[in-house]
Amino acid sequence: MQVVHADIVVVGGGGAGLRAAIAACEADPSVTVALVSKVVPMRSHTVAAEGGAAAVTRDDDSLDHHFDDTVSGGDWLCEQDIVEYFVAHCAEEMVQLERWGCPWSRKADGSINVRFFGGMKVQRTWFAADRSGFHILHTLFQTSLRYPRIKRYDEHFCADLVVDDGRVQGVVAFDIASGEPLLFAAPAVILCTGGAGRVFRQNTNAGTVTGDGMGMAFRHGVPLRDIEFVQWHPTALPGSGILITEGCRGEGAILVNRDGYRYLQDYGLGPLDPWPRVKAMELGPRDRLSQAFWHEHQKGRTVETPQGPAVHLDVRHLGAAKIHERLPLITEVAKTFAGVDAVTAPIPVCPAVHYTMGGILVNGGCETPVAGLFAAGECSSVGIHGANRLGSNSLSELLVFGSLAGRNAARHALAARGTPSRVAATLAQAEDVVDGALALLRATRGERVATLRDEMMDTMEAGVGIYRTAAGLDATRAKLAELRDRARRGIVLDDRNRAFNTEWLSAIELAFMLEVAEAMAACARHRDESRGAHMRLDGLEARNDERFLAHSIARHGGDGPPALSLSPVTLTKSAPRTRVYGGAGTRAEMT
Amino acid sequence: MQTTRTIAIECMRYNPETDVAPRFQSYDVPFTDDMSVLQGLQYIKDHLDGSLTFRWSCRMAICGSCGGMLNGIPSLTCQSFLRDYHPGGVRVEPLEHFPIVRDLVIDQSDFLAKLESVTPWLVPREPQPPAGEPNRQTPAQMDAYYQYSQCINCLLCYAACPQYALTPAFTGPAALALLHRYNADSRDGGRAQRMEIVNAEEGVWSCTLVGYCSEVCPKGVDPARAINQNKINSTKDYFAHLLMPRGKGGG
Repeated sequence: MQVVHADIVVVGGGGAGLRAAIAACEADPSVTVALVSKVVPMRSHTVAAEGGAAAVTRDDDSLDHHFDDTVSGGDWLCEQDIVEYFVAHCAEEMVQLERWGCPWSRKADGSINVRFFGGMKVQRTWFAADRSGFHILHTLFQTSLRYPRIKRYDEHFCADLVVDDGRVQGVVAFDIASGEPLLFAAPAVILCTGGAGRVFRQNTNAGTVTGDGMGMAFRHGVPLRDIEFVQWHPTALPGSGILITEGCRGEGAILVNRDGYRYLQDYGLGPLDPWPRVKAMELGPRDRLSQAFWHEHQKGRTVETPQGPAVHLDVRHLGAAKIHERLPLITEVAKTFAGVDAVTAPIPVCPAVHYTMGGILVNGGCETPVAGLFAAGECSSVGIHGANRLGSNSLSELLVFGSLAGRNAARHALAARGTPSRVAATLAQAEDVVDGALALLRATRGERVATLRDEMMDTMEAGVGIYRTAAGLDATRAKLAELRDRARRGIVLDDRNRAFNTEWLSAIELAFMLEVAEAMAACARHRDESRGAHMRLDGLEARNDERFLAHSIARHGGDGPPALSLSPVTLTKSAPRTRVYGGAGTRAEMT
Repeated sequence: MQTTRTIAIECMRYNPETDVAPRFQSYDVPFTDDMSVLQGLQYIKDHLDGSLTFRWSCRMAICGSCGGMLNGIPSLTCQSFLRDYHPGGVRVEPLEHFPIVRDLVIDQSDFLAKLESVTPWLVPREPQPPAGEPNRQTPAQMDAYYQYSQCINCLLCYAACPQYALTPAFTGPAALALLHRYNADSRDGGRAQRMEIVNAEEGVWSCTLVGYCSEVCPKGVDPARAINQNKINSTKDYFAHLLMPRGKGGG
């Protein structure tokens, strides 16, 4: 097996991975980075982020405001010390991107413009029209090309970590084009593999968002934290799940039901006027808006479309000029994928799974409990999102913590220089991983990947949705356990070739997804309360701080379901209060 | 409920491990009006033939992965719809002018090397302190390059470019558009180093102004215009060399 040595292996070439790689190179002039990604970096899912990235910018804003919005938005499940670090470092990352060429939208005088976003008290979302993620990703990718010490391994699929004696030793990957395995040996590995939204059917995520890093770390004993908190974005296209940015509402769009009624006023987000105003109505947080949709659907007040129930997102009153300037991608997407001209007609939208709030447990330095193993971005749970992420905090997160992970990994790698190599033990482990993966190519009995995957998605939609019950969760857990067994009994592939065998890779991805899905369902069942994006219906509709002001910790259970426990939340300056928006929120802030 | 119809999707197949030459295979796929060609390919892979190989990711025309020739026209499969090919059917081939890795998957390494060659990053005009204020850039200054920053690297323009077919060394539409994107940015000071690529044989002068690249671009980048702009710049550069000593400032 070919062995590639580097100081740091970065797994994933999205925003967090590229930012980490650049930061590592800048931290020390001798550090070498292997950037291993299953797609060419500019294809990574960061590219699809639309709305923008939060950073305190205006004179009427403050770090405390950003902190308060984030912590209350997360229903007090955030690590408050880490949120403090986060909000203090967002602006410098935005400026850094600007200097690398990112075409942030500007005001007439050439200074940076910021837009409103849901749950945010002041305009603080830096945006590049409604292609913010696209521009961030391409800027980072192109900037990364300045650093020859970042050696890219595009279209290399990471199959597993190599961990020996409690320390990470590298990763095993397959060159997708040839199917040949490589061992990337390094004292530091940074997982930047994104979320796991593809465990659900209706989602805004790219096909690559399959929880690979989460699954790998989990198997090696790293807990998944708060993984039951799954974000439904309230405005996606029915059927495809394609995202219609919150930036629409930031610019003033409204949501109406089948009667043309702005139904959010019935769900603690009103009153209607004055409009627009912050943290109210359409500028409420995503969990509340998606939950309101669910109730409207129960009441029969949604619009029927061939792709399922929807409500109408209306931007028409913004006028053609502003729509084209601020929301060009959305205009294009609505036209192409929904056949709607947003300038003249409302866009049908419904909630779709968008983001995994929880993930790989890391401390404030992006370190997992396995020495040398770091994680950043959506795959990680560094603790800033709590029970519900605010829109525009994730692009900021991947910059702030991607950068921090890169610097810390560089320090770790430099300190590890001169320690004896463990390549022998590492190679044996790597060969086991390769053998396991190759065995999939030889299996002659079993089920199709698509069969198991579709059943997983359906049971996740049925049992781990916007609202959850013990009975529904139990049914899903039983189904997932069954799918785990069936997957182990056998998956049969049509494609037995090594070269560019995407069916084979999808079988490996399915195994990662099943692990993460089971942890989600188990933690959701264990959390007997409602908080943020986790809503229970079975008499558990209230938040229960006495028992559950605590993180969920899921540990890998070997051949069985995961083992669960709770761990304390770090509170620094914000004691839990009732989480209110709209008029009630304004009154609460005044007292 | 939506009506389901059936369409024939004819895919080019090529497996380097077993095939001497590419061949075609046709699949009958049930579809609804909202289904893209990409979704048709996914249906085949999930239900009919797991060995059919193609790239895709975002399925919303922003990641640039899923380009192919649809009935001979370079297209993103995710934003082309099966209804528009019914009842005749659609023939799906890999993007032209690139080596085929397998089935619909092309080797994009030549493009990536060209992209890397154009200094595709901002070269600051002067050293900037690590912390501080962002640069100012007026909307008019942004307009000068903004369109050229929209490229998703989908490579449809290379598949459309007759010159890239004839002269594979040609830097090509997307990479030259990206080069122009940075040259036209008021914050950038790297124009001099990029002009060497512009002026070279395989730079802008290889382009014969067919303009098909701009026609197939799904993002309105208009690489042909970027190249034409650089022909003007290259000409100016050339005459500047004749008229004054390199480095000017003398005398």
